[in-house]
Amino acid sequence: MTAPLLEVRGLRVEFPTRRRTLVAVDGVSFEIAPGEVLGVVGESGAGKSITGAAIIGLIEPPGRIAAGEILLEGRRIDNLPADEMRRIRGRRIGAIFQDPLTSLNPLYTIGQQLVETMRTHLALDSAAARKRAIELLGEVGIPAPERRIDHYPHHFSGGMRQRVVIALALCANPRLVVADEPTTALDVSIQAQIIALLKRLCREHGTAVMLVTHDMGVIAETADRVAVMYAGRLAEIGPVQAVIHDPQHPYTAGLMGSIPSVGDEVERLPQIEGSMPRLDAIPRGCAFHPRCPRAFDRCRVERPELLPANRTRAACWLHAPERASPAAQAGWSEGAVHG
Amino acid sequence: MVEKARPFPRPSPNGEGARYPLGEGRGEGHPPLIEVRHLAKVFDVSRPWLNRITERLPRQRLRAVDDVSFAIARGETLSLVGESGCGKSTVARLICGLYAPTAGSILFDGVDLASVRDRGAMLKLRRRFQMIFQDPYASLNPRWRVRDIVAEPLRSHGLVRGGVALAARAGELLAQVGLAASDAEKYPHEFSGGQRQRISIARALSSNPEFLVCDEPTSALDVSVQAQILNLMKDLQRAHGLTYLFISHNLAVVSHISTTVGVMYLGRIVEIAPTRTLFARPLHPYTRMLESAIPDIEMSGKPRTPVAGEVPNPLDPPTGCPFHPRCPYARDKCRVERPPLASFEGASVACHGVHEGWVPLQRASVAA
Repeated sequence: MTAPLLEVRGLRVEFPTRRRTLVAVDGVSFEIAPGEVLGVVGESGAGKSITGAAIIGLIEPPGRIAAGEILLEGRRIDNLPADEMRRIRGRRIGAIFQDPLTSLNPLYTIGQQLVETMRTHLALDSAAARKRAIELLGEVGIPAPERRIDHYPHHFSGGMRQRVVIALALCANPRLVVADEPTTALDVSIQAQIIALLKRLCREHGTAVMLVTHDMGVIAETADRVAVMYAGRLAEIGPVQAVIHDPQHPYTAGLMGSIPSVGDEVERLPQIEGSMPRLDAIPRGCAFHPRCPRAFDRCRVERPELLPANRTRAACWLHAPERASPAAQAGWSEGAVHG
Repeated sequence: MVEKARPFPRPSPNGEGARYPLGEGRGEGHPPLIEVRHLAKVFDVSRPWLNRITERLPRQRLRAVDDVSFAIARGETLSLVGESGCGKSTVARLICGLYAPTAGSILFDGVDLASVRDRGAMLKLRRRFQMIFQDPYASLNPRWRVRDIVAEPLRSHGLVRGGVALAARAGELLAQVGLAASDAEKYPHEFSGGQRQRISIARALSSNPEFLVCDEPTSALDVSVQAQILNLMKDLQRAHGLTYLFISHNLAVVSHISTTVGVMYLGRIVEIAPTRTLFARPLHPYTRMLESAIPDIEMSGKPRTPVAGEVPNPLDPPTGCPFHPRCPYARDKCRVERPPLASFEGASVACHGVHEGWVPLQRASVAA
C-alpha cells in the first residue's frame, strides 16, 4: 500500500457555547490514498461537513479542533498558522462547495478569478495563466471558453457555475479536493453531468477526492471507499460495494433500506425509528443505541471503536471479537431494521 | 388541441379489481375527485413601466403552466415530476387557489372552482382540501404553540368550538402523525425537521380533508426521515381514503408513492401513465433521460442514455417540441410542430417520434 495522501487521526471538533461545549466531530480517523475517492455520508448534523471544513482549515471560530491531527503527505496541517494554511488551500487542497454562487465573486469575471488563483499558487505569467484558464474551462465542458472566460458568474446557469467552481478548484493542480455536497443544489439531469465530470477530471489529474454528501446514490456512482458518519462519529468505513450491499453497522443497514428506488414494489419502506440525537444530548455508549434494534447492555455503557467486520470496519459491539461467532454473524443484516 | 390526459384502469390495492377509467367522470365507478382541464398560468415578468419605456423593452410573459390536464380518482396519488422551473409547483398552487389560473378549469368533486361565487360555499369546499409545503421550517409560525398551529383550520372553519374540545382534537391529530399529545404545548423550534413535517401533516388533516396537495413534502428531509414521512403518508391515505397530488423532483420517491405519474417539462405534461407502466417502459425521451440520470445505487452497471444540455430559458422556449434541443432523436418536424399529448399503449405521451415509430422503444421488462 502506498503512503496515504491524507491522514486524519482522532479528530475532535468542538464548538464552545455559553452553556456547554458541543462536540460536533469526535474521534474520527481515516485515510485517503493518492487518487482515491472517499465518500463521506451521513444525515444533517452527522458532522460530515465539519470534518471537511477541518481538513481545509475553515472551521469558523469559536469552533476549534480540540484533539487529533490531520496530516497531508505526512506533514501536519491542522496546527499551521493562517497564512501558511492559505498557501496550502488552493494549491494542494482544492474545495468545492454546495452553492456555486457563494464560491464565486460576483464582481470579477470568471477569467480574472481563475487567473488570480493560478498566479497566487503557480509561477505563471498572466498570458500563460489565461491560456491555461481557457483550456480548463474547455475541459470542464463550458462551450466557447475563449469567449465565456470574460463573462461574470451571473451570466452562467447553476450547472455551468458549478463547472466553473470545479475548474477553479482544480486550476492549481491540487492533490486533494474536498467537495462538500457539490451536486445538492442542482437538478437531477445536471447532477449526473457534474458527477461524471468530477470523476473524470480527478482520474485524469490523479487528484484524490473527499466527497461529502447525504446522497447515497452519488456515493455509489463515484466513490472507491465510503465512510458513514452518525452523531459526529464514524459508524462504518469500507469499500463502497461492501458498505452498500453488505452493511455491517445497523445504522448503515437502516439508512440503505430507507432509500426508495425506482421500481421497488414495497408497500412500506423500512424505517429507522426516531431521529439523530442533538449535539447537546448524544447518548452514552454507542450514540445509535436508542434507535438500534440490536442494542444490548454493552452498547448502552461503552462506546465502540471501529472493529473489523466482514469486508468493512464498523463501530459496533456486535463485531467485538468475543461475539463474532458464526452464529452471531449469520442472519445479521435481516434483523438490523424493522420494516 | 391537446388530448386530455387519460390515466387508466389499474388494480386497486384493496382488491376491488380493475378501477374506473380516470378523467372520464362518467361510466362505471366514481367520478374523479379532482380534475384539471387545459390549465394554464401566464406570469407577467415584464420590467417596470419606466424601464420598458426608456430601454424600449417589450412586455415579457412567462408561460409557467401550459395546457395541463389530468384527473385523480378518490384514494389515489398522482405525482408530477420534473426539474426546477417545469411548472409543477405552480400547478399545485393553482389547485389550492394560491394563484388564479389564466385559462382552464379545476373541478373538485365535479364542481368548477371558478364557478363558485358564494364565499360560504367556497369555504366549505376549501376545507375539503389542504396543502403540505416543502419547508417545514418556513411553514410553521415560530411564535405559535403546536396546539394552536394544528387547531387553526378547526378554528377558522368553525369546525370545533371551545378550548377543551380544540385541545382534545389537537391531541388526537398529533397522535395520528406519531407525536405525543404533550407536544401540543411546545413551540416549532423544539422539533426536528421530520417532526415539523409531521406537525404540518397534522394541521393539514385537522379539517378532515379528502384531498391533500403535497409540494415536495420530503425534499428538505434526510433519507431516514423521508422514509418515515412517506410511510406515514401512505398509512394515512389508507386509513382516511385520502387523495394526494404529490409534487416532487425525485423519481424514486415518486415511483414509491404514486398511482399515476405525470412528467412535466417547461410547463407541459410530456408523459403521463400509471406508475408501473411509466417506469417499466418510459416513452418520452425526456422521461428516459430523467430516469437514467438517477444515480445507480445498485451499481448494476445498467446502460445509460447520455444526459446532455440544460433546461432552456422558459422566457424563450424552443419552437415545436420544447425538448427538441436536448433530444437525441429530434427531427425537423420536432423543431416546428408541437407534439400533442396522445395515448400510446396504456400511456399518454407528447412525442412525434414515439407515435410515428422512429424513437426506438426501450426494454419492456420492469426495472428490478
